[in-house]
Amino acid sequence: MTEEDATETLNGSQIVVRLLERQGVRRVAGIPGGSILPFYDALSQSKLIRHVLARHEQGAGFIAHGAARATGETAVCLATSGPGVTNLLTAIADAKLDSIPLVAITGQVPTAMIGSDAFQEVDTYGLSIPITKHNFLVCSAAELLEVIPEAFRLAASGRPGPVLVDIPKDVQNERIEVTRWPEAGRRTPAPEADSEAIARAVSLIDAAERSILYLGGGVTHSDGAALAVELAEKGGLPTVMTLMALGTMPVDHALSLGLLGMHAARCTNMALEECDLLIAVGARFDDRATGKATAFCPRAKIIHIDIDRAELDKIKTAHVGIHGDLGDVLGRVLPQIRRQSRARWLARVGELKAGFPLRTPGVDDLRTPYGLIRAVADNLTDEAIVATDVGQHQMWVAQTYPLRRPRQWLTSGGLGTMGFGLPTAIGAAMAQPERTVVCFSGDGSILMNIQELATAAEEGVNVKLVLMNNASLGLVAQQQNLFYGGRVFSSRFAVEPDFLRIAEGFGWRTLDLDSANNPREALGEALSSRGPVFIHARIDRSEQVLPMVVPSGANKDMIGD
Amino acid sequence: MNSITGKHQEAGAARTVLELEVNNHAGVMSHVVGLFSRRVFNVEGILCMPVGDGRSSRIWLTVAEDARVEQMIRQLEKLEDILSVRRHGASHEVFERVGEFFK
Repeated sequence: MTEEDATETLNGSQIVVRLLERQGVRRVAGIPGGSILPFYDALSQSKLIRHVLARHEQGAGFIAHGAARATGETAVCLATSGPGVTNLLTAIADAKLDSIPLVAITGQVPTAMIGSDAFQEVDTYGLSIPITKHNFLVCSAAELLEVIPEAFRLAASGRPGPVLVDIPKDVQNERIEVTRWPEAGRRTPAPEADSEAIARAVSLIDAAERSILYLGGGVTHSDGAALAVELAEKGGLPTVMTLMALGTMPVDHALSLGLLGMHAARCTNMALEECDLLIAVGARFDDRATGKATAFCPRAKIIHIDIDRAELDKIKTAHVGIHGDLGDVLGRVLPQIRRQSRARWLARVGELKAGFPLRTPGVDDLRTPYGLIRAVADNLTDEAIVATDVGQHQMWVAQTYPLRRPRQWLTSGGLGTMGFGLPTAIGAAMAQPERTVVCFSGDGSILMNIQELATAAEEGVNVKLVLMNNASLGLVAQQQNLFYGGRVFSSRFAVEPDFLRIAEGFGWRTLDLDSANNPREALGEALSSRGPVFIHARIDRSEQVLPMVVPSGANKDMIGD
Repeated sequence: MNSITGKHQEAGAARTVLELEVNNHAGVMSHVVGLFSRRVFNVEGILCMPVGDGRSSRIWLTVAEDARVEQMIRQLEKLEDILSVRRHGASHEVFERVGEFFK
């Protein structure tokens, strides 16, 4: 008789803990509360799983994001019923939009009290429907044996995403005999892509004169970056990347045109304007990337490869749509296409790059946004992880940080959640403790999950937080300046917190670049030390992220150089 | 209801009938109608009954014939509890026959 067949009497909570252990989960992030206490009690006895105590459930959710985004493995977060759940929802929605594999386990009031407006009761199932890939309300301990592995299978299969498992307290306490343990839930392979569609794509690629490869986050999720780069090199394909795809092709690769869309270099959007074939790989034609969709790549035929069939033809109708795993599809397209130098097109792209590059004023001056980012990058290797919050600092980093490795770059792309950066950086640092994690943030964003400074200090994570402080909601002020007649309203802070004292109060080492005698040296020292360091730098309020596509305008119409 | 729905209703006499095979448990209906409602896409009619041994149900929907229907079908097919989706023309008799009860 194997250990597998030994009968044990366990309660629902112990079953979930065991299933997580068997799943290979070694770290979970959460906050306990009344309805999830039985589970926490069982978790306390686990010798394999470590619990990271966040200070807000949204922090716990983003700590899970950090682990999942840095490693590609499904990560777990926990919350109690009611406010625990509602606090967690933003992180779950963020995972849905960026296709991040998460399993959220939430406590619920006892089954008999559901629907009675019990203390800390909220309709978790109903609230989570539109922001999860799938969700479960578990009715018995026995069901957990199916639901937990299934949750992991769903989170990781096809297009990854968040799955929520809501477990009423009585189910957590229900004792049953377990005789057999299910297999851990694993990613199931995607259906094989249609050979005929692949053949049509190959002939379009071979025939096109001015193709562009358009990489999205799916390239990272499918571990397809190396193949994508190979495809570009063999086909002579200039390559643009979405915010989510940055790092899949090194930005200094000769074929890279970097970020496309709203804050792209002019040359990038101009090349897209001229291309006759757009090869979209794991990208979803997001409005920040395409601008006005009808005016996007107006001369181009489109090949669209995606694991999610609903993405094909959603925004732009593809001439060839290929539904399948990118690794599989690229692996089959690659040997079939002709090796081409496309000298004329690459020369034209070279002309555009030379004539309309990204302007980075102040890049040699550490007291400017671009200069600060450059100085940080100069002190780190490609092994470092770069996380951001949301706003101007995020766009400056996206434009100029030399990202060269998939999963190097962690940012909230689809939902654009301010408050994402710090907890995500913590999660990434815990999942990959050998790496340095730098988190660029703004003074608006940092306040939205600043309580996680405590979690970071408690865990001693190797996170370097670079706060770019302009005492503003900078991107809001920028839009008000550009598009609302300069009526800057509710976007400049009259009172500024003393961030350095706050960070010190949470137990962080701090560095104020503004007052440092030799800021460059001090920055280098801070970035090379171990443990959390809070680095503060003031940014001029008048700094803008340029160039910029007018919201809902066409990408070819950009403001600024 | 809201104005967007109203516009769709005015514009379209044309309807499409969708036939869904789904798992039969609490929550499946919310998943289905939620897909439509959060896109401000009105479901004009819904019928649902268990089939066979009751482990699955069949849902009939009638919706405006609209450029978005194909996208809606693909979104429906992604739902874990949906086993299959078939699209019928507006001439399908299921709603006409049930129409007797709405006179």
